This record gives sequence, structure tokens and C-alpha cells, in this order.
Amino acid sequence: MNISTIQNLLNAEVLCGNEQLDITVHSACGSDMMSDVLAFVKDQAVLLTGLVNSQVIRTAVMMDMRCVVFVRSKRPTLEMIEFAEENGIVLLSSDMRMYEACGTLFTNGLGGTKNHE
Amino acid sequence: MSEFLNFHFEVDGDNFVSAGQASVQMKKNMRQLGLAPEIIRQVSIAMYEGEINMVIHAHGGVADVNVYEDRIEMILADKGPGIKDIDLAMQEGYSTANEQVRALGFGAGMGLPNMKRYTDEMKIETVVGEGTTITMYVNLK
Repeated sequence: MNISTIQNLLNAEVLCGNEQLDITVHSACGSDMMSDVLAFVKDQAVLLTGLVNSQVIRTAVMMDMRCVVFVRSKRPTLEMIEFAEENGIVLLSSDMRMYEACGTLFTNGLGGTKNHE
Repeated sequence: MSEFLNFHFEVDGDNFVSAGQASVQMKKNMRQLGLAPEIIRQVSIAMYEGEINMVIHAHGGVADVNVYEDRIEMILADKGPGIKDIDLAMQEGYSTANEQVRALGFGAGMGLPNMKRYTDEMKIETVVGEGTTITMYVNLK
């Protein structure tokens, strides 16, 4: 699934990384706990989260992720957007709730670890 | 002792927003050195968790990363409160972090276990009231 499909499915606004929407990703994860993301996530390229602070972007950088989706219409600061841009991470903001957003992507074929292509 | 490259970082303990900057910089350095992506990720995550710990618990500290031919050594040293019970601190889910830290997505009691998980060897030297030094190794071969 490419990132623009994720954007359409979640009716999301692109906050940065417009030029990278054609990147293909194979799996995603959803969490508000960054330590859990660091502990259990492997090769997921997309992080869905309701947490908004600079550590979310740093966690994504550490995990080589390509896209962060903020759910529940959360919006990052300008500083966070700039940091994501520097590191080639697409930021999306969706008004869906976490459960709904994860479910929508999952049922459309974007799996977690076990469904990794 | 064989030759090595040293990268030294000061970790600012008063600013949670900037916590992790040293790890991001180290990740860039490792990319420039052409290290394998999996090694880069292991070192980055272990160092990042260590850096977060130094900011949360110990008002910052210093981080030294030494890149040897066959392994990477990370030494994270702080002058914080020390760890009273290392066995307990190593248990997943155990944390002394406050609610404010948890609200920021950390303090789940995964920091030290994650550091151990992503490294080949980890040593903790700690004196209550004086500080903690954590040394971690990731093998390159």
C-alpha cells in the first residue's frame, strides 16, 4: 500500500512529505507508548499514534519508519514537522480515532508484523 | 588497545523535548561510517532509551560511543540518584517514572530491558546517591 492510499483511506491531511506519498509500505503499528514501539516493533513503516511530542518523531527516526499518522485530529508543532521533514518522514493527521484508523488500514490490506509481505 | 573512533555527547537533563538528540546524531554518524542498517538500529535504540533514562531520572549526563573494528561500545554516565535495585529495574514493566513522563510516551518500564534486548552485552555500575554508568556493546562481527 502506498502512503497516498493511507491518506485517502483515513481522510488525512498531509502535514509534510507531499513528495513521498508514492512510497510503498508493507506494515503498520498503533501505539501511544513509545517504549513499546521501540521494544516490539520490527520493520513497520507506519506509526499511528495519539501522542504528540518530539519523541514520537525521534522514535520513528530510530525505527527507520516512513510515515507517522496522528489520529483524533492531533497536530504536531512546527518544530516537529521540520524535524520530520529533515528525516524524510511523512506526517499525516486524521480525524479518525485510533481503533477506527488501525481497523480501516488493516481491513484494506495493511497488516502488522505477522502479515509482513 | 585497538584503534577506535570516539563520539562524545553531552546530554542536557533539563529538556525532555531535546532528549534523544545525541542518538539521532549518532545514527547519522553511523550511516556515514557505512555500518549495516540492523547494527545502526540496535545501537540507536539502545542509546536512545539510555538517553531518555538520563533525562528522566538523572538530570542528564555524558554519552561516549566508541566504534572499534569488531564492536561498538556505548558508555552512558550520569550523576543521578543511582539504581537501588538493579534486578527490579531490569524487570519489564517496572518503572519509577512519574505521571508526567508516562504522558509523554515513556516510563513504561521498558527502557533498561530494551537496552539489554538490542545489545550483545550490558553492564550497569551504580552507586545510590552518586550516579550510574551503563556500558553496552554491540558486536559488528
